[in-house]
Amino acid sequence: MAIVFPSGFPTVFPPDSTPVEFAWAGVLFWLALAAAAPFLRRARGLLALAPALCALGALAMAAIGLAGLLAPASAIVLPFGLPDLPFHLRLDALSGLFLLLLGAAGFGVSLYATGYFRHMETGALAMVMLWYPLFLAGMAMVILADDAYAFMVAWEVMALASYFLVTTDHAIPDIRRAGFLYLLIAHIGAVALLLAFGVLQGGAVGEMEAYTFAAMRDAEQAPFWASVAFLLALFGFGAKAGLVPMHVWLPEAHPAAPSPVSALMSGVMLKTAIYGLLRVSFDLLNVQPGWWGTLALALGLVTALYGVIFAAVQSDMKRLLAWSSIENIGIIVAGFGLTLIFHADGKGALAALTLTALLYHALNHAFFKGLLFAGAGAVLHATGERRMGFLGGMIRFMPWTAWLTLIGALAIAGLPPLNGFVSEWLLLQAFLLTPGLSQPYLNMVIPVAAAAVALAAALAAYVMVKFFGVVFLGQPRAPIPGQLHEAGWPERLGMLWLAAGCVLLGLFPPQVIALLAPVTRLLTNQTLVNDAGGAAGWLLLAPVSSERASYAPLIFLLVVLVVLLLVFVWVRRVHHGRARRADPWDCGFPEQDARMQDSAEGFGQPIRQIFDGFMRVERETPDPFDPHPQYRGDSRDKLWLLLYQPIADLAARLSALVGRLQHGRIQWYLIYSFVTLIFLLVFVTR
Amino acid sequence: MTTGILLQITQTLLAILLAPLLMGWVNQCRAWLQGRAAPPITQPYRVLRKLFHKDAVIAHDASPLFRFAPYMIFACMALAAGIVPTLANDLPFSPAADVIALVGIFALARVFLALAAMDIGTSFGSLGARREMLVSFLAEPALLMVFFTASLISRSTELPVIVEALAHKEFVIYPSLAFAAVAFWMVSTAENARIPIDNPTTHLELTMIHEAMILEYSARHLALIEWAVALKLFTYSALGIALFVPWGIAPAGDLAALPLALLALVAKMAVGGAGLSLLEAVSAKVRLFRAPEFLGTAFLLAVLGMLTHFLLEV
Repeated sequence: MAIVFPSGFPTVFPPDSTPVEFAWAGVLFWLALAAAAPFLRRARGLLALAPALCALGALAMAAIGLAGLLAPASAIVLPFGLPDLPFHLRLDALSGLFLLLLGAAGFGVSLYATGYFRHMETGALAMVMLWYPLFLAGMAMVILADDAYAFMVAWEVMALASYFLVTTDHAIPDIRRAGFLYLLIAHIGAVALLLAFGVLQGGAVGEMEAYTFAAMRDAEQAPFWASVAFLLALFGFGAKAGLVPMHVWLPEAHPAAPSPVSALMSGVMLKTAIYGLLRVSFDLLNVQPGWWGTLALALGLVTALYGVIFAAVQSDMKRLLAWSSIENIGIIVAGFGLTLIFHADGKGALAALTLTALLYHALNHAFFKGLLFAGAGAVLHATGERRMGFLGGMIRFMPWTAWLTLIGALAIAGLPPLNGFVSEWLLLQAFLLTPGLSQPYLNMVIPVAAAAVALAAALAAYVMVKFFGVVFLGQPRAPIPGQLHEAGWPERLGMLWLAAGCVLLGLFPPQVIALLAPVTRLLTNQTLVNDAGGAAGWLLLAPVSSERASYAPLIFLLVVLVVLLLVFVWVRRVHHGRARRADPWDCGFPEQDARMQDSAEGFGQPIRQIFDGFMRVERETPDPFDPHPQYRGDSRDKLWLLLYQPIADLAARLSALVGRLQHGRIQWYLIYSFVTLIFLLVFVTR
Repeated sequence: MTTGILLQITQTLLAILLAPLLMGWVNQCRAWLQGRAAPPITQPYRVLRKLFHKDAVIAHDASPLFRFAPYMIFACMALAAGIVPTLANDLPFSPAADVIALVGIFALARVFLALAAMDIGTSFGSLGARREMLVSFLAEPALLMVFFTASLISRSTELPVIVEALAHKEFVIYPSLAFAAVAFWMVSTAENARIPIDNPTTHLELTMIHEAMILEYSARHLALIEWAVALKLFTYSALGIALFVPWGIAPAGDLAALPLALLALVAKMAVGGAGLSLLEAVSAKVRLFRAPEFLGTAFLLAVLGMLTHFLLEV
């Protein structure tokens, strides 16, 4: 479908341009920004404007994504790539949705970054502005790629650009270590993806160009090889998304990056893995056995619980948010598993419901996690402190940041009428509908599995009360540096955009679901029917049937607001509004100070005690006579010790063995070459 | 439609006005059981009146969140009271939120209360907030499981449909509901800060959960919170009635059945309140870290109820 332009629109594009061509132009714009950044070292003013230009590009990308979502699929072949495999790009509904997600969240985050990066030193800023647009372009290309080669190139560009962004503060050893871990696991995942595409291509026959997605769609897939491809893809994309047990890099790398980059990584980059999972399992693979779904569901639920339990015991605010991203990815993957189960069982309408829920949650998470990282970044920027035990009371110094972050915190805690609630509500509805399945054991187990989602959601509320309460409320736990400043206007606007996203996605679910319908139609041949019907259809959300369940956030909000207003007026009118200020009471104890509040460790203590088995706790208990006692309790991931440490030890031992060959003497190396040569000669001449 | 909205507003107002009465009744029963002279049943109204007349004292460092929270909590509870069918079924608000959204409303109020408790930065405030969130994250999944069991029977998460399925169709005994009812009772004692999880009359700060969170509140703010607490108890009682003993709730549009419905409601609430105070009189508050066991039991009972449904009732 051609896009109709108003007359006078710049004629760079021929009038019958398709959305994918615009998307490619957007990618080129970001690439050009990246290429220009190193040359702008002298022009500081221009360089500082670069994030704003990225934001404009992102806004355009969101519009293009929307067009791609609504228009029929369009494709182009670029004039470069491998000799017999040029880059194929395609924009269908699924790509359109994720491009919309990238653009919309990327706009808010980049706007925020305009303010955030302003204070950076010029050299470092030029480096960041080289990688930042490249990162955006890489993610867009992952979403647009229509052949395995373009996909892998884009995937690597995304991984490398984000690696260099993570290690922006590379003078700090911990950050270098985090960056290395990220790079390592990203590449193990990439190898799995490469193999997955190889297996997918294996069944391809006919005259289609090899390694294009079109060829893979048409391939004859034996069930066994399809399962191998699926497992490889689940591993590869799971490593990027942070599925347990491939999650270990995530709580290290996401907090290490500058806050806008953390926001992009958690909010958008993790979603490219979800995009990949959906693309491979529903689009490229033709068969979907039911057990894939059971596996993904189990993995997703384990990830969700694991992530949220560890989020509750963190004492570093950005690390807490990173663990909470793992939780949300777990919920999304659980929805993905449920979609596969329903799809394999031929329950198209239910598959559409769960698919809608998971896409909705992906969209939500981009907004609220972006917002939370932005809020945490503003605090970090103002105080230079990430440890929650040294923060507190920020709502008094940074009201804008605090109230906007509160919206994000309430949204991610799954509270109505914000957006996090809608997607979790849809997912829980889907769990309740499983009794229609043909396998009896699934019927009984899955509603109980819903309890895991409920537990994760309830714990998320705990985590967010901890995060917001410790950082923004109460008294400052350490002396506040004198020049504590509120976030500037670009930051506030960025956060406002993201917060508005959280509110609007929460208040207008019927409209959002209508927007998601092309994707569910593409992947499951079904759409979610909103059964509210008639005039109420625009405010009432009733998936499946209105007898079954319904939810109307607008009425909800309206009633709360009206009651709020009435009670306020009534209290003021009938009684009075007199108030006076005094010292806090605290049961009459006169010597209280800020150190008597719960620290981050203290707030997480019940969780640590209940879920003791999951974690290895390291404690430093202060001496009772210490006048300035510091308590430190660190909860470590047991999986690291059980799973990764043995592998790391083995690698170290093997390299020690190999190291014996290395003496640093030239004679030995000559002998090695000589022996190899002899060996090869014997081998060749035989 | 107009009648429906009028009925809806009447029902919500009635819940708001009657809620302190239920609280007074429970207190009265407990005093009798403990062999004390009971306060009059209208005592909670007097307390509210006294609090509304006082001047509010607010800590120097309190943020606007602290002053906003009581209104928010009250509004959430009023909405919840409007959604649960107490007198008549299928009122205009009820499609706005099903049982899962109802859990969300309670969670919203609780999060605001916990945040307000942490706002001033006193030791007891954050301690109370932490404990409250601990109890709630254990109670919420159990509560959802109870709702799921009920909704599996009626194949709906809409409260009016659940009530309709139990009250106005032919009478069937559901064993799964028995499990769910016990679990619901356990969860609602925890959620309403009653014995054995919390003690509403405690004077010992170290054992407080709910009371520790509202220590800094005074006058009109405290009154609103106390009223909201009463309203929460009322709503939970109404919820229990709607899920497990819904007989008497007027069917949709049947105005003639309303007086009987009011009578049935008062009778059921009186019995429920007496039962609550009896259980409180004979049991003791458990240690905080026994709460996971208590609520874990509730969760398992609800899950058992669900499995019973699959084994016996499908």
